[in-house]
Amino acid sequence: MRTPLRERARNSRHGQGTEGAPGASAPGTARPGDAEGTGAVGDAGPAVRLDGVSKVYGQGRKGLHALDDVTLSVAPGEFVCLLGASGCGKSTLLSLVAGLDTPTAGRIGTGGRKIAMMFQEPALFPWLTVSANVEMALRVQGVASRERRERAAALLETVHLGGFGGKRPHELSGGMRQRVSLARALAQDADVLLMDEPFGALDAMTRDLLHDELERIWRERRLSVLFVTHNVREAVRLGDRVVLLSSRPGRVVEDFPITLERPRRTDSAEVAEIAGAVTGRLREEVMRHGR
Amino acid sequence: MAADTEVTTGVDDTGHTAIGADGAAPPGDTAVTADGEVTGTTSGAAVTGGADRAPADAHARQLAGLDALELGGESSGGPAARVWGRLWPMALAVAIVLAVWQCVVWAGFWPEYVFAGPADVAPVLLDRLTTGEYWEAIGVTMRRAVTGFAVSVVAGLVVGALVSRVRVLRAAFGSLITGLQTMPSIAWFPLAILLFGLTESAITFVVILGAAPSIANGLITGVDYTPPILLRAGHVLGFRRLQLYRHVILPASLPSFLAGLKQGWAFAWRSLMAGELVVIIAHQSSLGERLFFDRELADSAGLLSTMIVILVIGIAVDLLFEAADTSLRRRWGLARTSA
Repeated sequence: MRTPLRERARNSRHGQGTEGAPGASAPGTARPGDAEGTGAVGDAGPAVRLDGVSKVYGQGRKGLHALDDVTLSVAPGEFVCLLGASGCGKSTLLSLVAGLDTPTAGRIGTGGRKIAMMFQEPALFPWLTVSANVEMALRVQGVASRERRERAAALLETVHLGGFGGKRPHELSGGMRQRVSLARALAQDADVLLMDEPFGALDAMTRDLLHDELERIWRERRLSVLFVTHNVREAVRLGDRVVLLSSRPGRVVEDFPITLERPRRTDSAEVAEIAGAVTGRLREEVMRHGR
Repeated sequence: MAADTEVTTGVDDTGHTAIGADGAAPPGDTAVTADGEVTGTTSGAAVTGGADRAPADAHARQLAGLDALELGGESSGGPAARVWGRLWPMALAVAIVLAVWQCVVWAGFWPEYVFAGPADVAPVLLDRLTTGEYWEAIGVTMRRAVTGFAVSVVAGLVVGALVSRVRVLRAAFGSLITGLQTMPSIAWFPLAILLFGLTESAITFVVILGAAPSIANGLITGVDYTPPILLRAGHVLGFRRLQLYRHVILPASLPSFLAGLKQGWAFAWRSLMAGELVVIIAHQSSLGERLFFDRELADSAGLLSTMIVILVIGIAVDLLFEAADTSLRRRWGLARTSA
């Protein structure tokens, strides 16, 4: 089982060049197109495509297989939730797509789209005000300072934090910080938004409200979202599709299309029913590791 | 929870209003002024269009309500109360030190012309502090301290930045810097005097060697302890290499750098006093030089009064660093000062 993997790694290193690495390439610079020539920005093709992606940490027998042969795609404008128990490599997968890490094998294509990412922690810079944090995304793009301020203010308005631009991150609550983080991600003006359990640390009521916020923004901006969570209901509430990953190594087990009409409610019976089915499947996966 | 239907309709509703609101934001570059105007109209619409937009408002209000609940009120005493809160423990400490000092003098281990008591030192100190000559000596010492420290900061910054950035340099010089830090500065003086003679350069040389390693180390530690999540955030935002260093890593290492500065100052001050005792330059009175001659003349009261001046300057500068540190901690939310 290990040999083919390593072989693939070698292949990918030859065939792929630098393609796998710079998921979140510097703004302004177009990503190098991959072999099939999907390098140009456009609605053609999936927003994110993973092809036989594997990730092994360490080497040899002690190597940890975080992801094994994951093939997955997110259509433009689609909201895909990645669901799995701990250790299924969900976060690893996002890091790979964001270009924070390189896959051991396989290829990742985003067709030259810009990628923004949100983490479980707000990851705000404590030395900057809320507004300056949002502006950081624009600073990289070389936006002039006056325009930066105006756009940051508009984005903070979008996440209902209009009056808080002058505050420091530590003066805000967890939910507010996460909204600032969302505003900062939106400031990148990206086509694809990667979210790594962004609401995991929030209380239920705040989370419900932020689901509504996120859904609204996703629709308005026609974002493609890859949303990682271990909360089944959250996944069903938000996703067009819920992709279930197995643990150690992470593999795609099942892909549930969610056709419920939007907007959905986390506590509605329909969401609960589908969540129940998905949870059942998740339990099976987890139990495989019991012995 | 009761907002089920509200939110349901709210999304449709916001779908329309808010597309207008920030549909203008993505085009970005061209929409500079439009953006500002749009923001204006948005808030205007939110107020005037209240009748149709009730569900969307309810949503925003819920958020605002949660926000308000989670933000605790802040209370702090007046400035006078805060100053008093800081001052009285200090005054108490000084009183205790004076009392112990007086007790030791009374115990009579040494004759009073060898170890003067506070009562003898106070008039001498006052006398010296009222002569211009003494202030000149303080001035010379402070000038040396400030120039030495300033050069140390520059040297520490450059060395620290290079060593923290370049892996080879780190491997080569990382432990050397720590080693230099532990080297007693007085051990440098023989070499310094050989190189520069009995000049101010010799003193400055040793002051820099004493302070720069601490400052460099502060920066290196700060860079090493930059929270990985901030690095990831910076990377995702598109910062690379030097930009990442300038906008994320350097600011993130500020607290540690400040600690390095503080320690660097302490080393600089110590090295300077050692230097002024060893390197006596003619016609240039300094605090260390005064100390030296007070001992030569067995002027116990004078010696102790100069020591007090040295101590007070050291404490005063340290307080400056502490004030900078406190304000940084407050801004970063690292310190909840509830006195």
